[in-house]
Amino acid sequence: MIVPTIERDVSTIVKEAIEKHGATGDALIPILREINHALGYIPGEAFREVRKQVHTPTEPVYVSESQLYGLASFYDMLSTKPRGRHVIKFCENAPCHVVGGKAVWDSLCETLDLKNGETTPDKKWTLVTTSCLGLCSVGPVVLIDDDLYGNVSPDQIDGILERYE
Amino acid sequence: MAFYRSHVLVCVDPECLAKGAHEVVDALQDEFIAQGLLDEIQVLETSRIGGCPNGPEMMVYPEGIHYIGMTPDDIPFLVEEHFLKGRIVERFREVIKPIVDEELGALRPKEVRVVLRNCGQIDPNNIEDYLATDGYQALGKVLFEMTPEGVIDEVLKSGLRGRGGAGFPAAKKWAITRAVQDNPKYMICNADEGDPGAFMNRRVLEGDPHSVIEGMIIGAYAVGASYGYIYCRAEYPVAVQTLNIAIAQAREFGLLGQNILGTDFTFDLEVRVGAGAFVCGEETALIASIMGMRGEPHPRPPFPSVKGVWDKPSNNNNVETYSNVPQIILNGAAWYASMGTEKSKGTKTFAVGGNVVKPGLIEVPMGITLREIIFDVAGGIKDGRKFKAVQTGGPMGGCLTEQHLDLQLDYEALSKAGSMMGSGGLVVMDETSCMVDIARFFMDFTQAESCGKCTPCRVGTRRILELLQKIYDGKGEDGDIEKLEDLCFEVSRNSLCGLGQGAPVPVISTLKNFRAEYEAHIYEKRCPAKVCRPLIRMEIQEPICTGCTVCARNCPVDAIRGERRQVHHIDDQACIRCGICVQVCNFNAIAVES
Repeated sequence: MIVPTIERDVSTIVKEAIEKHGATGDALIPILREINHALGYIPGEAFREVRKQVHTPTEPVYVSESQLYGLASFYDMLSTKPRGRHVIKFCENAPCHVVGGKAVWDSLCETLDLKNGETTPDKKWTLVTTSCLGLCSVGPVVLIDDDLYGNVSPDQIDGILERYE
Repeated sequence: MAFYRSHVLVCVDPECLAKGAHEVVDALQDEFIAQGLLDEIQVLETSRIGGCPNGPEMMVYPEGIHYIGMTPDDIPFLVEEHFLKGRIVERFREVIKPIVDEELGALRPKEVRVVLRNCGQIDPNNIEDYLATDGYQALGKVLFEMTPEGVIDEVLKSGLRGRGGAGFPAAKKWAITRAVQDNPKYMICNADEGDPGAFMNRRVLEGDPHSVIEGMIIGAYAVGASYGYIYCRAEYPVAVQTLNIAIAQAREFGLLGQNILGTDFTFDLEVRVGAGAFVCGEETALIASIMGMRGEPHPRPPFPSVKGVWDKPSNNNNVETYSNVPQIILNGAAWYASMGTEKSKGTKTFAVGGNVVKPGLIEVPMGITLREIIFDVAGGIKDGRKFKAVQTGGPMGGCLTEQHLDLQLDYEALSKAGSMMGSGGLVVMDETSCMVDIARFFMDFTQAESCGKCTPCRVGTRRILELLQKIYDGKGEDGDIEKLEDLCFEVSRNSLCGLGQGAPVPVISTLKNFRAEYEAHIYEKRCPAKVCRPLIRMEIQEPICTGCTVCARNCPVDAIRGERRQVHHIDDQACIRCGICVQVCNFNAIAVES
């Protein structure tokens, strides 16, 4: 009987990502995005797997684990730390800020007892700020997983969070 | 092809989606099925119609009736009234901006639409819609009637300048890339629109992707490129999806790939999606990211036109620049050059945000004044408050004041005033915004987005931010303003790329235009706009307070005490100055003091 281990899962996920985007140097960012999407973050063993798997006999790509970690830590959308079941992305940019974004952010922080980048102990929520989502005319904007909320006010926060399991 | 008596276009711009546009589409479909109207009326999802801030919105053709602000529950009534009984439902009709047939695009006064001409008018996911509005006609003209040099010459005569912010003449860049003796050559479209408050490129990509693709193919023919990349930021998932659909359709129609339109010209392109790094909007960083590396800029020269992606000549323009090209080819350089100022031709899209009545995207001729944009096009300042400042050009742009309102907008005028065109973000601020807070805020952004490669930007932006934080906290000292000025100068002058060079601009411009505000923070420990939390306090005004307890119930830190129907009091020690009490008080009994 094959016992499914985390390593095996990571290896499969990496394999699928590489099959989809190709084992080339310029596909590394899409590959890492794919892994991040599947696991919610990129664990250390995923870097090892990517390094091994893009080094194909025919067209080897030479990339080190530290280079891959360098990519993951550079781009905001790639996380090297586990995240909660739901990721709340709050747009903290100027257009949202001047229409009352700060109060919404404070309300989020206080309600969840989190600071930027933190995850609740029950692993339900991760709270992060995001770069401008380009939805400035309905600011302040909150993005929870893939759900957008526009014109959010502090008193709506409880109601919005209640919708998530 | 099926024929319908009516077409209902529902806006599914992410802004409308945030207001429940998909639910409205579903409700419409359900209701049309229930009423047996599905083969008579077509429901289409389209991009922005013009009223997203009050969305969801939809447009009913052929009547051209614009409905706005309905919920799924309103749909059965609306369908019965409009589509069965033929009565316009005035309750949801957008009447502020009456729409006349020939003026469908002209939603706001003084607007001229070139880049946004198709947005909200056509189905972006159907190439036939674009073809029906003269799409790819310009490409045909170029391939069969014009030489590459002729194309460059036409674009040069039009006066089109790079819309990514720097304003370099597009045709000159094309000519440089063309002249380099190295193959293959690449076309790059910079769709990494990271400036907070700027979303004009998103609109074009989501609403009219083929105009960008056509512009790129024409450009590729002119410079002799064989492959292209559209680098789109990951924050725009809808744009990525729309682009991929558009590219596949263009390939199917023989407009991309081998032997385009039967000629010996070959060009193809793909979308590259970023992963969240603001600095990737800088062209050398963008190229590094396309090649799968950290998006760090490198010094220029060599410019990408000479040595770009894969070390080959790469022509890099912005979404809006490319989108202008087909119209220039079709209507002629003279037509395009007839709009704008002496040195800046054509139109420019601006994303107007902040404290205005009608925030959103606009397209106006170059040379319009800020006053016209803010007060005529965007409807003036919200809630009858007073205009204070407008920040142009994104996080690296400057804050301009009342005295700049009559400036004729073009690249030169804006840099002369100490700001820049940038990609065209306009954040309008009223008297409730504090300039120290705003400067700190932008610095916080650029500091976080600094890639860390060069020292002036990595360390300098952080030091500037620390000084601003100190002033915000009420701990500013004599000499801090001068220190700030010195630092800003050095960081601007010595940074490697546009990010570091531009980062201090908001500070420099607010120091210049709002110096008194900095001085009030430092010397009087006072925030005149009553924003900076360490310098303000909330106080309940006894004669007004009715003791309704709303503030006490909403206070997140339980700092408000008081019996029902008795005057309440705020414990100043416990209060965190979040301002929720001010917002919830129905009697305006809570004053903010500084």
